[in-house]
Amino acid sequence: MTNDLLFDFTVDKTTKTVFVNREFAAGLSLVWDAFTKQEILDQWWGPKPWTSKTKFMDFKVGGRRFFAMVSPEGEERWSIQKFTSISPKTNFKMSNAFADKDENPELPGSDWDLNFSEQNGTTKVSITIYNESLARLEKIIEGFKEGFTMCLQQLDELLLTLKNK
Amino acid sequence: MRRDIFQAIADPTRRAIITLIALQPMTPNAIADNFNTTRQSVSKHLRILTECELVKQEQKGREIYYSLEIEKMKEIDKWLNKFRKIWEARFNQLDKVLLTIKKPKK
Repeated sequence: MTNDLLFDFTVDKTTKTVFVNREFAAGLSLVWDAFTKQEILDQWWGPKPWTSKTKFMDFKVGGRRFFAMVSPEGEERWSIQKFTSISPKTNFKMSNAFADKDENPELPGSDWDLNFSEQNGTTKVSITIYNESLARLEKIIEGFKEGFTMCLQQLDELLLTLKNK
Repeated sequence: MRRDIFQAIADPTRRAIITLIALQPMTPNAIADNFNTTRQSVSKHLRILTECELVKQEQKGREIYYSLEIEKMKEIDKWLNKFRKIWEARFNQLDKVLLTIKKPKK
């Protein structure tokens, strides 16, 4: 699928900040739900062949999402997110850290700031991740590297079947 | 403890050192001449950069020369590119998910 929707990914190495901007061909409410409702998040957060499994998500200030990336072999890598600020359909902030299966975070984690805005039916999401460390990036990449390029082709087929349901 | 490359280049003195030795290999004394800090402080920065494998040392006669590991710097970018791909894949999935959610309602 080709589209001309914006996608930027930049890293400021000196301040350890990651910027991710992306536009979606959908309305603001829908995109907001896709980022804030666990049943939708789990459908896309895990880059295939990994899947996202949310054990619980309490989307309110002070609430947490405890979730795992599950490998095709069933290995689970847990993370915990804590919501620190929510302005419905506009912005939410959270802290994000790896965790063990008993919800103990591996601190320090990174701080996320997500902004949502809609223009002419296109919704732009701007994500800023502060205090990202190379060690953590390495862990993320290392986990996903198996079958990562291969999976991109599978993905199209898989989602086509989903769509036709 | 593993050194964090982001941490290494987050420091302005270390960034200045990288810029200096990118041009030519230099001895710790020659590097220190460019800063108003102590030699010990410059040595400490060089040690951190060495631990991150961003610089390499070479003995020439009685002097040690420090030079930049350009490949390592490139590696960081390659690496970040992989991280970018994860986001790309994730968002491509979201595009399709958004389509599926939208359709049934029509």
